[in-house]
Amino acid sequence: MAAITERVAIAHAEGRTYHGIWAWLATVDHKKIGIMYIYAALFFMAFGGAEALLVRIQLWQPNNHFVSAETFNQLFTMHGVTMIFLVAMPILIGYINAIVPLQIGARDVAFPRMNALSLWLFVLGGLFLYSSWFMGGAPDAGWFNYVPLSGAHYSPGAGVDFYDIGLQITGIGTLMTAINFLVTILNMRAPGMRLLRMPMFTWSALITMLLILFAFPPITVNLILQMMDRLFHANFFNIPLGGNALLWQNLFWIFGHPEVYIVILPAFGIISEIIPAFSRKPLFGYESMALALSVIAFLSFMVWTHHMFADGLGAVVNSIFAITSMLIAVPTGIKIFNWLATLWGGQIRFTTANLYALSFIPLFVIGGISGVMLAMAPADLQYNDSYFVVAHFHYVLFGGTLMGALAGLYYWFPRIWGRLLDERLGRLNFWLVFIGFNVTFFPMHLLGLEGMPRRISTYAAGNGWTTPNQIATVGAFILLIGMLILLYNLIVTFRRKPDLVQDPWDARSLEWSIPSPTPEYNFAQLPLIEDRDAYWVAKRQGRTALEPAEPPGPIHMPSPSLTPFFLALTIVVAGYAALLHVDWLALLAMLAAFWQVGAQLVHEDPGYHVHPEAPAGGAAE
Amino acid sequence: MQASLPLVAGLAALALGGCGLGKQSTLSPAGPVAQAQLSMFYESLAIMAVIFIVVAAVFVYSLIRFRARKTDTELPKQVHGSTALEIAWTLIPMIIIVILSISTVHYAFVLETPATGPDTVQVQVIGHQYWWEFRYPGTGVVTANQVHIPVGRKVNFSLQSADVVHSFWVPELGGKTDLIPGRTNTLWLEASKPGLYDGQCAQLCGPGHAYMKFTVLAQSSAAYHQWLRHMERDTVQVSTPLERAGLALFQQDCATCHTIHGTPFDGKVGPNLTALMQRPTIAAGTLPDTTQGLTAWLHDPPAVKPGAKMPDLGLSRSQIRSLVAFLQTLK
Repeated sequence: MAAITERVAIAHAEGRTYHGIWAWLATVDHKKIGIMYIYAALFFMAFGGAEALLVRIQLWQPNNHFVSAETFNQLFTMHGVTMIFLVAMPILIGYINAIVPLQIGARDVAFPRMNALSLWLFVLGGLFLYSSWFMGGAPDAGWFNYVPLSGAHYSPGAGVDFYDIGLQITGIGTLMTAINFLVTILNMRAPGMRLLRMPMFTWSALITMLLILFAFPPITVNLILQMMDRLFHANFFNIPLGGNALLWQNLFWIFGHPEVYIVILPAFGIISEIIPAFSRKPLFGYESMALALSVIAFLSFMVWTHHMFADGLGAVVNSIFAITSMLIAVPTGIKIFNWLATLWGGQIRFTTANLYALSFIPLFVIGGISGVMLAMAPADLQYNDSYFVVAHFHYVLFGGTLMGALAGLYYWFPRIWGRLLDERLGRLNFWLVFIGFNVTFFPMHLLGLEGMPRRISTYAAGNGWTTPNQIATVGAFILLIGMLILLYNLIVTFRRKPDLVQDPWDARSLEWSIPSPTPEYNFAQLPLIEDRDAYWVAKRQGRTALEPAEPPGPIHMPSPSLTPFFLALTIVVAGYAALLHVDWLALLAMLAAFWQVGAQLVHEDPGYHVHPEAPAGGAAE
Repeated sequence: MQASLPLVAGLAALALGGCGLGKQSTLSPAGPVAQAQLSMFYESLAIMAVIFIVVAAVFVYSLIRFRARKTDTELPKQVHGSTALEIAWTLIPMIIIVILSISTVHYAFVLETPATGPDTVQVQVIGHQYWWEFRYPGTGVVTANQVHIPVGRKVNFSLQSADVVHSFWVPELGGKTDLIPGRTNTLWLEASKPGLYDGQCAQLCGPGHAYMKFTVLAQSSAAYHQWLRHMERDTVQVSTPLERAGLALFQQDCATCHTIHGTPFDGKVGPNLTALMQRPTIAAGTLPDTTQGLTAWLHDPPAVKPGAKMPDLGLSRSQIRSLVAFLQTLK
């Protein structure tokens, strides 16, 4: 503890410059934080992918014993938890960090230090979760972690404790991200950037943050109740003592369904940036796109029991939730057709970014189609908890979210890293991922219709399940090769000299209106926004930059700080102590965490000033 | 709509290709519930296929027709939207949803309403980690992992769990319903033709989840009633010395957990073993109900079935032989 407080004291020395790794640990710059989010998400993706491959190998043939049933349950649980909480959300939050302040013409987020704390809570919370593999076993009750299976009686190991505490740690970070970006987007837009002039990716970020704000409290309540049960012998979910199994399910899905939209709306946003850029046309139906995002978010809170149609909640409840679930197809359909109309009459360039963005459309439509089928409650009793559901949500989360995230990676790479990824390798990467994805997940529709339940560690021969499973496993390895090509592309690109091309795609939004690499202060002078797609309009009028909204002058920047990192570390120490029942240490660490938060509250950061060289005027180069 | 059904069915069959339909397929319904659910599948698939074809056609046409060309000099026409089009693709999906809602709500109520009348059969299902207990209220008949039902009659299953959440699913007869501790759910199913239908737990319930299977034997009313009477019979016939040795061993090692009707053995922890040899499998579908299967099971249950609550009793080969001989008298 002494070491930590000492480090915290050091961090309080303002205006310090940090070098090497310390510069990254202490940064409060949204661009660097975004980069670290993306790196960490790719790091966890390797583990989540490896878990999926082991699952696919186990299901290669009937009665296989490649891994034990106990290990199998840990593998698919960690695969789900990883891909949702440690890959999909963080990679999208990474883009939001790296890009949204630039898109709205801001110099940073509203609370830069809190932003760093969000990052470190995610990174350290994720590592905390993964340490479970070496500390008696990973969580094994599924990502949905239903009680009473996940309770102390049926899951006596520490695995579920890692789930409860690890997701609380990362969850605090996610909630703070929501607060941070809501304030940033609502309060820090450049002069003239009205809400209906914001790029659609920023719109998607705004709505996503609202979803997080309302969706994360119910899961947090669940996690706290279960932590009380498991660590302190409370009885919230103890059925013989009057606990309620459905309480967990309701709270989980009140979070869980909006969560699906938390990881898909930013992908919608990415697609809505890329398709217009590579069609050389504005986004078709901008207002209806923004409205559709909002309606989807609103509806996403009133569909949760469609995950519980088999719970016997009654025909009235099931009918109502079936209809609200189907209704989501309306705003989603609007988006699909608006993208098609954006393509219509355009000049479509097939860059890798656009290939990923375009592939999103048919894949997401397939996922949407099976989604409507699943919403039909009586028919869902056949699909529910079968491989049909596995196929459905992978078409949405992989075909949607991950394809969108990879589109974003190729599209924003030159902005974030100052280099263009190799296009030839990119196309190879895309086609392998696209083919591998479909070969893996399309047969799962058939497996589900053929009656194969989810989450079974093995199956008997004679049900017609072997062939589709083998096709799926082959597809998973094609996917692996595709992702290795991406890794290779990243390596060769980083070994090249930076291209530092400011606007390689002739794009539309503000993040491309500033030099590459992006200066630490983003905008030497905040731009004046007079149009939607203001940068595109300026370029068409022969200008290379936007009118400034302020005179040139020194720019006030927030100081770097190690406090967020050590505060997150303190919270993780408290997590381990609680989990290992070293109660005094848990208490002490929590007190230390509160003390650090309190110190931040009374502490005033004078920051520092940078003096950018007089930038080029707005009118001409 | 109606005209496109055979087309979609044909496509589905084509897609299934060489796989063939297995024994647990939702696509080969054997009762009215599964039939209703399959008709909803085809209805929604047909409508959705039309939507997909429209989207795919516009998509592919756009990619070919509107690809960038070297000859492009001017910007394409900058279209920002079209109120008429946007209203159209808001309203059309709403109409489709109204159509799909009709069958959804209709069948939600049809499938929820339990059967009444003297003709209905009541079966109580209790899920255990990792096996199924079936009780026939009013008869004293209790069995495990194979449920007998009469053909052509609605069967009301009342679903309860002894431990964690399970899910009762017989795809050829109908969709699943969960067994939730602290609740009693109901589900009605009906088999239209005699046969053996495979079922399986569909909700993650622990390491033995994949090994929690059961069968539904749908038989003629006469055969069903004969079976019920057989199960109520109070006799166990042991004749050979080996069988008698097995009986003694059962009393010593097994009777605290297992019940056999017609004997003093009334343990309630494990499956009821009355008329064990009538079941096609043991250990909830893990092994065939044969000499080899029983021997393998008694040798080391948790090794055969992950998470099995029955411990390795450390039985010798001769003990296993005599126990198997005794169990095989339970006809």
